[in-house]
Amino acid sequence: MTVESALRAAREGGRKLLVPYVTGGLSDDWCEVLRALGAAGADAVEIGIPFSDPVMDGPTIQEASARALARGATPVSIFQDLDGVDAGVPLVAMTYYNLVHHAGEARFAGALAGAGISGAIIPDLPLEESAGWERAAADAGVEATLLVAPVTPDERLPQICERSRGFIYAVSRMGITGERSDVSSSAGVLAKRVKAVTDRPVLVGFGISTPDQAVEASREADGVIVASALMRILLDGGGPEDAAAFVARLRAALDAP
Amino acid sequence: MGAPDESGRFGEFGGRFVPEALIPACLELEDAFTHAWSDPAFRGEYERLLREYANRPSPLMEAKNLSERLGVRVLLKREELNHTGSHKVNNVLGQALLTQHMGKKRIIAETGAGQHGVATATAAAYFGLDCVVFMGEVDTARQELNVFRMELLGASVVPVKSGSRTLKDAVNEALRDWVSTVETTHYCIGSVMGPHPYPWMVRELQRVIGDEARVQCQDLIGGVPDYVVACVGGGSNAAGIFAGFDDTTALLVGVQPEGGAAIGRGQPGVVHGHRSMLLQDEHGQIEEAQSISAGLDYPGVGPEHSHLFSIGRATYPWVSDAEVLDAFQLLSRTEGIIPALESAHAIAWVAREARTTIPEGSTVLINLSGRGDKDVAQVRDILGR
Repeated sequence: MTVESALRAAREGGRKLLVPYVTGGLSDDWCEVLRALGAAGADAVEIGIPFSDPVMDGPTIQEASARALARGATPVSIFQDLDGVDAGVPLVAMTYYNLVHHAGEARFAGALAGAGISGAIIPDLPLEESAGWERAAADAGVEATLLVAPVTPDERLPQICERSRGFIYAVSRMGITGERSDVSSSAGVLAKRVKAVTDRPVLVGFGISTPDQAVEASREADGVIVASALMRILLDGGGPEDAAAFVARLRAALDAP
Repeated sequence: MGAPDESGRFGEFGGRFVPEALIPACLELEDAFTHAWSDPAFRGEYERLLREYANRPSPLMEAKNLSERLGVRVLLKREELNHTGSHKVNNVLGQALLTQHMGKKRIIAETGAGQHGVATATAAAYFGLDCVVFMGEVDTARQELNVFRMELLGASVVPVKSGSRTLKDAVNEALRDWVSTVETTHYCIGSVMGPHPYPWMVRELQRVIGDEARVQCQDLIGGVPDYVVACVGGGSNAAGIFAGFDDTTALLVGVQPEGGAAIGRGQPGVVHGHRSMLLQDEHGQIEEAQSISAGLDYPGVGPEHSHLFSIGRATYPWVSDAEVLDAFQLLSRTEGIIPALESAHAIAWVAREARTTIPEGSTVLINLSGRGDKDVAQVRDILGR
C-alpha cells in the first residue's frame, strides 16, 4: 500500500492522521519501536536516516542522530535492519540530500524500495533542485514528499503540492525541529492555504509535542508528524512500550470527539 | 570568472540546496544584490567604505628578501593591512550595506579563526545592526582573543558545541538560527559558499583584491605574474584575487591544508547549501577537517573552486601543518610581516615549490590575506616557547 493511499483511506475513515518519527539505528530494538508504533495507532512511521550535519534539526534529533551514528548506523545497516520487519503501516524515510547524492539518486531510491520503505522526505532539497530525485524515486516506486513553509509564496504553493507525493509536509513554524510549549499560529494559516490548493493529505510537523498540540495543529490539517517529543522518550531510556504509550495518548486525543 | 547560470551553478557545482523556508530569503537576496551591484549609488557608497573605512586600496609589495631567499620574484598583496586585519572586511562591508538596503536589523555570521566574525561585528557596530556570531567551541578556545574582540565590538558570540565544534558546525548553527529568524535577519556568510547567490556575491565583493592587484602588477612589473597564489578553506580570498587574473596567462593556485583538502581528497557532495567537493565517508557522512589553522578547518570548498579545478583553470595543491609553521616564521623573519596561519599556507607552497615546479626567476603573486597577530599565542604554544 502506498503512503498516499493509506493516508487517504484513514482520512476517509474520518480520522486525523498521526505519523511518528524514529531515528533509525538508535538502539538494538529500534525496529521493535516501529512495530509498537504501528500497533499504537500510527498511520505511517517516519524513519530518520541519521546524517552528520542535520541543519534542520534541533537538539533532540541532533542528539538522536549523533547517538545512532556513534553506534555505527549507516543507510545500509538501517536498510538491513528493516529486512523482514512489518510495522503494519507504510514507512517513510527522512534524511538529508548528501546521503542520497552520495549513493546516487536511483540507487538510493532502489535501496529504500528494497527495504520496504514507501516514501521519502529530503528537507534540504527544494523544488528547484528536486526534479531528478522525484524522477528517480518515482521510477523505484517511492513517493517523494515535498515540504511547504509559512513563507512559501502563494504562487509557489500549488507547484509544490502538484509535485509532492504521499502527502504535503507543512512545516508549522519558521525554525528547526524540537519540542515547543505552544503551536505556532502560522501552522493553522499554512495548513488552510495548502488545503485550499490540494486534495493530497496535509500533515503538520515541527514542534508538535503534546496531545493537546496535536489536536490543535490538526484542526486545519489532516494530521500531524511528531518527532522530537517521541525521540526524547527514547533518548531518556524509554523502550518500545513507552514510545507506544505516548503515541496511543496522541491517538486517543486525536480520536476524541 | 563570470556569473553562475540561472540555477546558481558554476558548471556542475553550486546550486541552492536549502530548506523551503529559506528559499524566499535567497531569492530576495539575489534580487537585492543583483540590483545593488549594478546601481552606481550602491557601488559608490561601497567604494567609499572600502576607501575610508577599510583602508583600501591595499598595497602590492615586492618582497625582496623572500625573493632572494627563494629564487623567485615574490609580490605580496597586503590584504592584512585592511581594517580588522584581513580580506574579510571587503565582503562584510558589502553585505552589511546590503542588509541595510533590505531593511533588516540583525546580522549573523559563522567564523572559524574569528577573522570573519570580527569583521562582521565591526560592520555591525558601524551600521548599528544587532550581531550574533557562531563559533565552534574548539575555535573559541584557540582564538579567545578574537572572541573578546567581537564582544568588545558589541556582538554576541555563541560557542557551538555540536559535531566537530569547528567551522562546519558553526555554519550549521548559523543556518539553524537563520531559518528561525530569516524575516528580520541577514546571514552574512564569510566565504564563497552557501546557496546561490552567496558564492557569486561573495566573490564579487572580494574581486576588488584581484582588480587592484591587476593594475598594481601592470605598474610594478609591466604585466601579469606567472603565478597567483592564495590559501583556500572556503576560498574567498582566492576567488577574489583569481577574479582579477582569470582572463590572463597567470597560473592560479589555491593552497589547501593537507587535512582539509576537499579538492583532491574529497568527492562531490551537498552541504551548507551548495554542491561542491567535500570530505566525506563511504556513506556520505561529512568528515571532519584537521588543520592548524581554524580558518581553513573546513571539509568543503566553495563551488566555483571545484569548477575552476574541473575545467583545469586552477590547481589546488596542499601543504602540511609543519610546512605552514615554517612559512609563518619564514615571512616573519625575512620581511618583518607575521602572516595569518591561513595565509601562511600560500607562502608555504611557494617556499616548497620555488626552484622546483616554479622555475627560477618566475614572478609569483601571493595574496597575504590576513595578519598573524591572532595566531601568535597558538604558535608560541606549538613551538614550545
